[in-house]
Amino acid sequence: MSVITYRQALRDTLRAEMHRDENVLLLGEEIGVFEGSYKITEGLLKEFGERRVRDTPIAEEGFVGAAIGAAMLGLRPVVELMTINFSLIAIDQIINHAAKIYGMFGGQTSVPMVIRTPGGGGQQLGATHSQNIELFYAFIPGLKVLAPSTPAEAASMLRAAIRDDDPVLFLENLGLYNTKGEVPDDESVAEIGRAAVTREGTDITLIGYSRMAMVATQVAEKLAAEDISVEVVDLRSLRPLDRETVVASVRKTGAAVVAEDDWLTYGIGAEIAASIQEGAFDYLDAPVRRVAMAEVPMPYAKPLESAALPSVASITTAVKETLSAVGKRVG
Amino acid sequence: MADTAKAKGGGTARSTGGRRRTRKDAAPDLTSERPETLLDYYRQMLLIRRFEERTGQAYTQARIGGYCHLNLGEEATVVGLMTALREDDYLFTNYRDHGYAIGKGMSPRTVMAELYGRSDGVSKGWGGSMHMYDTETRMLGGYGIVGGQLPLATGAALAISYRGGDEVVMCQMGDGTTNIGAWHESLNIASLWNLPIVFVVVNNFTGMGTTVEKSSAEPELYKRGSAFRIEGVRVDGRDVLAVRDAAADLVERARSEQRPYLLEATSYRMKGHSVVDPAKYRTEEQAAEARANDPVASFEARLEEAGILDEEKKKEIAEAVRDEVADAADFAENSPHPEVSTLFDYTYATPVANESRRMPADPVFAE
Repeated sequence: MSVITYRQALRDTLRAEMHRDENVLLLGEEIGVFEGSYKITEGLLKEFGERRVRDTPIAEEGFVGAAIGAAMLGLRPVVELMTINFSLIAIDQIINHAAKIYGMFGGQTSVPMVIRTPGGGGQQLGATHSQNIELFYAFIPGLKVLAPSTPAEAASMLRAAIRDDDPVLFLENLGLYNTKGEVPDDESVAEIGRAAVTREGTDITLIGYSRMAMVATQVAEKLAAEDISVEVVDLRSLRPLDRETVVASVRKTGAAVVAEDDWLTYGIGAEIAASIQEGAFDYLDAPVRRVAMAEVPMPYAKPLESAALPSVASITTAVKETLSAVGKRVG
Repeated sequence: MADTAKAKGGGTARSTGGRRRTRKDAAPDLTSERPETLLDYYRQMLLIRRFEERTGQAYTQARIGGYCHLNLGEEATVVGLMTALREDDYLFTNYRDHGYAIGKGMSPRTVMAELYGRSDGVSKGWGGSMHMYDTETRMLGGYGIVGGQLPLATGAALAISYRGGDEVVMCQMGDGTTNIGAWHESLNIASLWNLPIVFVVVNNFTGMGTTVEKSSAEPELYKRGSAFRIEGVRVDGRDVLAVRDAAADLVERARSEQRPYLLEATSYRMKGHSVVDPAKYRTEEQAAEARANDPVASFEARLEEAGILDEEKKKEIAEAVRDEVADAADFAENSPHPEVSTLFDYTYATPVANESRRMPADPVFAE
């Protein structure tokens, strides 16, 4: 067990997987000589050489598609897209090709590849560089979409993604790269398609993923001091979606709030809320609340950006209001 | 016969001083060919012609659904290209792929059954007309999105190069594809990384109805590789031997030099863009020109003139081809429809927890 950053957990896992399997290679913009925009691939070019750590031209459609084609012949490419915003340039290759090839050709060829990419706002990067558009990919059968929130999950889920035979969109977050946590030294491989109750509670269920799962835990810790018992569910896998774990928790607590960094209308939280009403209708003591980003293109100015994003304060408010509706005492 | 656009400025660094062949200016001489080989090309071309005619018929009878694009008029291009490949070479094509599938070695039976959407189709009815695919013969897909196959084919060549293999990838496309972003990105990557791939543009001078002149600022498409220092060659796609020679040369150079090449084959679509397209945008002269340039009829005439094909042989081949196509159609007709119970069999290669297997009206949570 060691305490390392989310960034370090990703880097260590990439390195170990490359040592384990000769078919694993890395492709992406500035991942080699520059060592990655966010330094995830630091040192890897030096260690593995240009054959296995390839700097690509700025051509997302071209190199994501090339990774798919290489995967069709049995390689296990791990592609880095500098941010999820740039995945839009590769979206035809991801949705019309990576996600379709196994099914469209009757199961003849799988596409064992991983697309790593960070989402997330809060870095003053403005409207085109701060989006949370993982929903686009979570919507698509044939893709698997993972969203780890801790260094330990980053390691075990990346291991799972690389060893899986299907295309995996692996969602990272700019706000998580420097967070630290304990990572077990074992080579544990996460099970894709499973959510986790990361903190047990009895009054209300708070659901999040990626950065919002971390913030949800902070909210739960804060409210514990006020004698409010919050159960936290980390979705971890956006496709497949583990509705059972969410619903089992809400059946226990009778109330739910979903925290999401994406926009509310049609967002991930909408799917979670719909699932809860179908799976726990008789158990709900209050309507399901969603805390999501304000529905604007992300502004640059810090006060505007901070106001637009969900926070410990806004989630706390929604939790307390929901508990008031239930009639439970709130502090 | 073939024009070449050499890469400027030493782009083909690995090919300089290489094994450039001298090309003949006239159509390849039949006397230097083995008669059996020529008759086999003729048989293959006729098979594709009759197969596609049968396909068009089955489509109008609603035995085949969706979109349906035929290789009618492109038989010489298809057979010439496929002859240039080794069995272990890989092929990617666009959606006009039935002839290529057969040419790469797939059985007309499984191709027709796929068109019919039956369980004996090569993709068990999951792909249809635009998506022929066969791991066995390394036909790695017809693709319905224009340009979608280019990055994939480039990646397949990357995998070959990564492993130090000596296979080559051929990536076929139509003329309109040379304007899409994936074209530029893929040719750039293939050249940068020295990948063994031959990009083949089948230029029938029309997108669906938009001419090459109206869509490409450089309508001489074989020259468009020069931006990436990829040498391009243009060949008459109606001449099976010219296509074979040009393609074989580029395929072998791609193999030995580990470099990408570009081949443009000029061709004529005999019919509309798809079966349902009456091609009203074509003038009577253009239609007459396409008919006059029928590659099957002209190759037949050449073989007859050379004394390689006589009436008896012609009849024998025609009957064999007719029987093979009828057999394929019968096979397709008698193949069972896929079972609805297999609906969720091909979403994921690695089984995964919580995968949805919900039918449209099923509740999300089954009691």
